[in-house]
Amino acid sequence: MHIVVCVKQVPDTKIIKINPKTNTLDRRSAPAILNPYDAHAVQEAVKIRAKTGGSISVLSMGPPQATAVIKKSIEIGADRGYLLTDRAFAGADTLATSYALSKALERIEKDLPVDMVICGKHAIDGDTGQVGPGIARRMDIPPITSVIEVTEVNPQEKTVLLKRKLTSGYEFIKSEMPCLLTVEKEINEIDYSPMPNMIKAARYEPIIWTVNDLENVERTKLGLKGSPTIVGKMFTPPRPEGGKKLEGTTSQQVSQLMEILLEKKDLFTISKA
Amino acid sequence: MSEKFDVIVVGAGPAGTACSLACARQGLNVLLIERGEYPGAKNVMGGVLYRQQMEELIPEFWKEAPLERPVVEQRFWMMDKESVVSFGYKGLEWAVEPYNNFTVLRAKFDQWFANKAVEAGALLINETVVTECIVENGQVIGVRTDRPDGDVYADVVVLADGVNSLLSKQLGFHKEFRPDEVALTVMEVINLPKEKINDRFNLADNQGCTIEIFGDSTKGNLGTAFLYTNKESLNIGVGTTLSSMIKAKLKPYELLDYLKNHPMVSPLIAGGESAEYLAHLIPEGGFHSVPKVAGNGVVVVGDAAQLVNAIHREGSNMAMHSGLLAAEAIIEAKKRGDYSESSLNSYREALYNSFIIKDLEKYKDAAHTFEKYPQYFKEYVPMMNQAASKFFTVDGTPKRDKQKQIIKNMTAERGTLRVLQDIYRAWKAVK
Repeated sequence: MHIVVCVKQVPDTKIIKINPKTNTLDRRSAPAILNPYDAHAVQEAVKIRAKTGGSISVLSMGPPQATAVIKKSIEIGADRGYLLTDRAFAGADTLATSYALSKALERIEKDLPVDMVICGKHAIDGDTGQVGPGIARRMDIPPITSVIEVTEVNPQEKTVLLKRKLTSGYEFIKSEMPCLLTVEKEINEIDYSPMPNMIKAARYEPIIWTVNDLENVERTKLGLKGSPTIVGKMFTPPRPEGGKKLEGTTSQQVSQLMEILLEKKDLFTISKA
Repeated sequence: MSEKFDVIVVGAGPAGTACSLACARQGLNVLLIERGEYPGAKNVMGGVLYRQQMEELIPEFWKEAPLERPVVEQRFWMMDKESVVSFGYKGLEWAVEPYNNFTVLRAKFDQWFANKAVEAGALLINETVVTECIVENGQVIGVRTDRPDGDVYADVVVLADGVNSLLSKQLGFHKEFRPDEVALTVMEVINLPKEKINDRFNLADNQGCTIEIFGDSTKGNLGTAFLYTNKESLNIGVGTTLSSMIKAKLKPYELLDYLKNHPMVSPLIAGGESAEYLAHLIPEGGFHSVPKVAGNGVVVVGDAAQLVNAIHREGSNMAMHSGLLAAEAIIEAKKRGDYSESSLNSYREALYNSFIIKDLEKYKDAAHTFEKYPQYFKEYVPMMNQAASKFFTVDGTPKRDKQKQIIKNMTAERGTLRVLQDIYRAWKAVK
């Protein structure tokens, strides 16, 4: 069983500042971290490996300092990590990124066949959630998004049982392997990494690939050149107005609340689609 | 799997990082364990980094280290409620290489410094708490961490775990420190545009100023306040011994607020935006509080060994130098293949022969004297202010009469004999 987890280095958007002039993220204002969803993806791979055996590779694309997220993945329990780093990859949107990552996966697969790819649901800086399905499409394997439970993995039969989150409810799926999962945070709790993993990660040197290490690459599909996305406009949404505090005795507060609820009842009506 | 290293260093502050760097450079297998998210995440100091001891480790470090400003001016303020007597020195010889000292922000600096140890070959592990030393037959043989499979082993464990040093306490090297042996310092980093800082403190770009403030800055209690200039921010803070704080029922944040709103201080920080709030204990017990620093398989460095000279606000330089001395002793011990206390005692000898313990010994009674006799901060600072006000006020009184009057006022308030006693006592404490 060989699982590849795709990870991304992102600015910590909990504390990042927005440049008020350009409306873009001021990336210097926040530390770079492993995308939280991707951390859960690595953790899930560790859980699967504990049952099935095998190994975990992580794959990332980014500037040289993105080796930090590969080391972090080794802390969580990955066995090895690859970083695609090259000027040719710079400025990539989700289309160009998924192309580059799928080419890297092709290369990884030549050494060791891949049974499963796991990605985080989306990156917290872009929030698109397109790269995972983009990779699956290019690899011609089933994409299964928003997974919240890997119920059973059967390496002999090459099947996997999964639970997906939908907008209203859940879905249970049996899929063939190889397949690609994107996972929600609730899929697992991240373990406090054992000391040997920490030492291994501190020592670990990720495998660095440039565009020349990939085969049959169409350079026009990479980086800025391969990115048709155009950002039309960016703006900071207005802050929501403050709420209203209800005062008085409990019964007064309740009657005030009822009045408000009745007044705004349209907000609570479930529309029939 | 439990690995064995040559050296495990607990704590990636100046002492631990210096020791790791020096050991790694000699080819030793070093594991540096830090409890914070990254080195510097939990470290606090007022913000002055001295050149000499840093340069022993990294020559010409100012060319690449994340420093704020070289200090060209040091001011000392004796502050009363609505006045201040100030003196200081500004020299442009400090504005050029090799400089004298620098203001730094520890969160940035410590990260850079620890990375130097990593480049030299040390392994750095963050977010990991060492819970105890592993002791076998009286010899420290490793540490236990709070992680699963958390035991790691080494020939020598270096305790650089800071002021409270729970680890050396566990080994019986010291008892719980008394409230008069530690100071509690609170500080804020206040963002202010570079141009405003340059104007308000009379500085050019890449020139910094430090102000040490005595007297009303601590409401007359034993301690000091400080105001240092960074590139685009100010560090302002105040600290007193924990015992003074308890006795005077002071709340540290109230003291900092009092300082920030003081009429002598508030114009300098006006319009600034508070960016960070930090608090930390500082070991100020001095010479008498230095614990046992070497044992079987273990040495203690930096704040953990209480190596701070409160009078001269030196600490991080002493920490670095103690780390370096410990590294030299460990390298010698490795050559001998002997990690017993008697072998590692060469660190203790080196420490006691260095400026560190010599300086602490010079001031061994200072804190005690000033704590026991609060008149120095409580009475003499206001008296100095009154004297200066009288002397410099032009009111037709001849200057000689003014001098007489000033001396008369001082001795009238405390009595001639007591003034002479106070002067003698203070001189004895710092001679």
